[in-house]
Amino acid sequence: MKEQLEALKLEALKELESVNDSKTLNDFRVKYLGKKGPLTEILRGMGKLSNEERPVIGQVANEVRSAIGNAIQSKQDEISRKELENRLKEETIDITLPGRKPTQGAIHPLNKVIQDIEDIFVGMGYTVEEGPEVEKDYYNFEALNLPKDHPARDMQDTFYITEEFLMRTHTSPVQIRTMEAKKGEVPIKIICPGRVYRRDDDDATHSHAFTQIEGLVIDKNVRMSDLKGTLLQFVQEMYGKDTQIRLRPSFFPFTEPSAEVDITCANCKGDGCRICKQTGWIEILGSGMVHPRVLEMAGYDPNEYSGFAFGMGVERIAMLKYGIDDIRHFFTNDLRFLNQFVRI
Amino acid sequence: MRVSYGWLSEYVDVTGYSASDLAEKLTRSGVEVDIVEKLNQGITNVVVGYVKTCEKHPNADKLSLCTVDVGKEEDLQIICGAKNIAAGQKVPVAVPGAVLPGNFKIKKAKLRGVESYGMICSAKELGMNDRLLPKEIQEGILVLPDDTNVGDDILEVLGLNDEVLELELTPNRSDCLSMIGTAYEIAAILGREVKLPLAEVSSSSTIAADKISVKNLSPENCHHYSARYIEEVSIQPSPLWMQNRLMAAGIRPINNIVDITNYVMLEYGQPLHAFDADQLNEGHIEVRLAEKDEKMTTLDEVERTLEESMLLITDGTKPVAIAGVMGGANSEVQAETINILLESAKFSGSSVRITSKKLGLRSESSLRFEKEVNPENVTAALNRAAVLLSQYANGKVADGIVEELSVQNPATNIEISLRKVNDYLGTDLSKEDVKHVFDRLHFSYTETDESNVVVHVPSRRGDITRDVDLIEEVARIHGYDHIPTSLMVGVTTPGSLTKEQKIRRAIRRILTDEGLHEVINYSFTHPSQIKLFPGMYAESKHVKLALPMSEERSTLRTSLIPHLLDVAAYNNNRNQADVRIFETGRVFLTEEETLSRLPEEKELLSILLTGKRETAHWSVQENKVDFYDLKGHVETLFEYLGIIGLEFVSASPNGFHPGRTASIQINTGEQNIELGWIGQLHPSIQQEKDLEEVYILEIALEEVYKLSSFDIEYVSLPKYPAIGRDIAIVVGQTLQIGEIVNSIKETAKELLESVSVFDIYTGEKVSSGKKSVALSLTYRHNERTLTDEEVTELHSKVVEEIEKSFNAELRK
Repeated sequence: MKEQLEALKLEALKELESVNDSKTLNDFRVKYLGKKGPLTEILRGMGKLSNEERPVIGQVANEVRSAIGNAIQSKQDEISRKELENRLKEETIDITLPGRKPTQGAIHPLNKVIQDIEDIFVGMGYTVEEGPEVEKDYYNFEALNLPKDHPARDMQDTFYITEEFLMRTHTSPVQIRTMEAKKGEVPIKIICPGRVYRRDDDDATHSHAFTQIEGLVIDKNVRMSDLKGTLLQFVQEMYGKDTQIRLRPSFFPFTEPSAEVDITCANCKGDGCRICKQTGWIEILGSGMVHPRVLEMAGYDPNEYSGFAFGMGVERIAMLKYGIDDIRHFFTNDLRFLNQFVRI
Repeated sequence: MRVSYGWLSEYVDVTGYSASDLAEKLTRSGVEVDIVEKLNQGITNVVVGYVKTCEKHPNADKLSLCTVDVGKEEDLQIICGAKNIAAGQKVPVAVPGAVLPGNFKIKKAKLRGVESYGMICSAKELGMNDRLLPKEIQEGILVLPDDTNVGDDILEVLGLNDEVLELELTPNRSDCLSMIGTAYEIAAILGREVKLPLAEVSSSSTIAADKISVKNLSPENCHHYSARYIEEVSIQPSPLWMQNRLMAAGIRPINNIVDITNYVMLEYGQPLHAFDADQLNEGHIEVRLAEKDEKMTTLDEVERTLEESMLLITDGTKPVAIAGVMGGANSEVQAETINILLESAKFSGSSVRITSKKLGLRSESSLRFEKEVNPENVTAALNRAAVLLSQYANGKVADGIVEELSVQNPATNIEISLRKVNDYLGTDLSKEDVKHVFDRLHFSYTETDESNVVVHVPSRRGDITRDVDLIEEVARIHGYDHIPTSLMVGVTTPGSLTKEQKIRRAIRRILTDEGLHEVINYSFTHPSQIKLFPGMYAESKHVKLALPMSEERSTLRTSLIPHLLDVAAYNNNRNQADVRIFETGRVFLTEEETLSRLPEEKELLSILLTGKRETAHWSVQENKVDFYDLKGHVETLFEYLGIIGLEFVSASPNGFHPGRTASIQINTGEQNIELGWIGQLHPSIQQEKDLEEVYILEIALEEVYKLSSFDIEYVSLPKYPAIGRDIAIVVGQTLQIGEIVNSIKETAKELLESVSVFDIYTGEKVSSGKKSVALSLTYRHNERTLTDEEVTELHSKVVEEIEKSFNAELRK
């Protein structure tokens, strides 16, 4: 009987070698270990054995059963592994095909630049003020030391609606409105972004509507050196720590002294290139100390208070920053243009 | 102002500084130099030649064969094609080996079988701006005056060795509209002296007052009128050097009289006018305002209709000039003129400005008067011109000036303290530093005490009226570069954005994250655009520009939608059919036909969607956007902004598809506020704009700003399980499912956690005119586990109610 068992084991293990799939393996298990299988048959015949033989044969029979069982298990593992491998192989995809992208829109570059500038000045303790685009002559001109028929009004060709109402030509009226609302209180530290209008024919560098952002500081003891320091801090935040500024005397009716502000050309770092017309400098700002007449009219005593103001064209800043060559792109809204500003 | 470097050097020593050095220095101290123009554009070896003979070319009708003396041993045989060539002329000759502008090299050549040794040049060939020359000279060769020396270098003769600085002047620096004014500026920058021109008149025995008289009837507009009488002038071309200087400044040479008045205007910045004295009634001048619709013909042969505000120069019987703007044709200096009345006056700047603006007539003269001429130069310039008239027109200057002075020039004395200078600029200047600046500017001053000085501002600097003006002078001459940088002392302030500004940014952020691009459009629009799509504010009157540049941009927008449609059309025309954009911007509303107060500026948000929903992809079926895409953007936006109570109510406003449009409302609990509209663009507008289906939204942001909230209140997570139930019903096809949802909410009350629509079907399986709707309901109690029985009971009530209210048939 012992020999019978050993022969069965050999026969089973041999047969198992040719088993290659789950189904055959299952049949194999039923055939050898099932209730009608040869092993069960043999074990049934154990009753006929002597008491001495029974435990010996019992042990052998158990060994044979577990040997076959173990072989089935490892065969099972092997088959499962192979089957998984095959399935994964079948599931292979073409990873070179493009992904399904959620679309991302872009904030308009002008608003992007405004937000950047606002953030810098908010960090320096400024608040952001806004005002109407249709203005009174008084706020747009007179209160800014530009009386009627002043030659300097020619500097800004104006869209009038009536004699008294016009499209604001700069964001400076917001300064006056803020000063009036503050009723003589200090400090005032504001920046004012907004759209302004001038009678210009639209071309690559001119637009009848464009965007300004300007700043105003009023307090006791505000000095021109503070203006210089503030602008230096701003341009270094905006254009990088190695940016320098240069002030040139200029004229604005609402500031005295007045200055145009140049920064070192970001493109050539001051060496001179096509963008800065070989000068190494790029003009980006107008600025100055608030004219005493403007302070007086807004209810601030120029003997007690002083202040500075500065203003810049947002389109110009954006054009320099992104290398845009035509101001009209900002208002045409070609998707191929806008798409380029998706990046942060 | 075009400033000749050579001419300037007569008034101030510029040794050691090139024209570009001066340009840089001027620009850095406040007088911007636009360009420095070299008059010599690349000429060598061009000399003055004398045309000895001039005959027809033997083989060509249009060419002349000339013998030209160029001051060498041998005369040159030159062929010339110009019509105006003639024997006896002095002309510019490019001899063989010469170079003309554009690197054009002159060589010996053979023209139609005859040798030509050089070229006789036109002004253009010499690189000159011939716009200022007479027509026959522009078309032919440049003919030089007879007294020009043969063989002289043409660069010397025509003053082409010079350079011109083109000043870009700010309105305050009208002092630099003159050579002398510019010289003072240069002198201040370089620390040098100014040399004034000769202006000492030697007069004849004639007494001017016997010949001419002046009466000023408008002293408020004419502050000073002075005149001289010059007899027996001989009219001829002015000397070449004077013509060269005028041309360098951009002024056309006419004759010696006119040229001298212009020359002195350039020197002093004081415009002058010469009248033919014999054309004036008894040599009389009367300054008065024009009468209504009075007419006169100006020098340019145009008849002008005048207004009562315009200042005239008359002779008591007829107008002879529009003061400060242009002379009259009837008293113009002509070839036959013998005696001259020379005018030098100070007219009020605003008077000249208004007149020249109304007439649309701007001249070199009006340009200077507008900005207020220096009152001290009225007499100086008159005398200087008289000197030149006797020198270059052989005029006899009658004795005395005939004048009326009505407004005395007040002296400007400004006290300034050292402390104020340093406090204002943030500098640490000494009193000596400050005095030094005034010395360089040639401003005299009196020291009042240790730290104060009173500065006596010269009349040429009318722009300086207050102490801050002097501080600017100190700053710019001392150099802006020497002002230190500092940061404000005093209280620090917290910076921040307002709630509105934060929400505006949030709107931009969420919509761009959802794939929409932000656009910016102009505020001006065509009235027809407003008519086509009136938007929410159709009842508003339109704000119109008084003088629009075009009808296209004449009216302020009342809706953002029309420009968004244009953007969609623009992109469609460029093969970009999928347009998903938004804009936040202002519209302008008023109840008035003519504004008497500011219009209301309302900030709106508008969105436009058209084209496909998804970006093209190999795995995605392409669907067109529809109403629900746009509605989803709004729903998410409002959730994000913390606004609850959003309601969509069917509406059919103008411009929208009547069956696919809703009014967006907010139920605040107290009231329903209409925020705006959402829907499909009306197909007829869509067709007119040549677009595909377009979905649009426009809402007013004012209420959105108010209702938005950044506060987040945490709600604890549910502890007890939810029970779900689905309903499938067949209802009438036109029934709005929102009504069913509302009914479910009303019946189920607080135990209903959510309800959603998960299927809608119309087709074969339901009878026509019906649709099948499937809804999924979730029930939950926050404090205990719901039993199956109570949910079943509640749910059957819900179903019953639906069946009853909507004649719905339950599908099982």
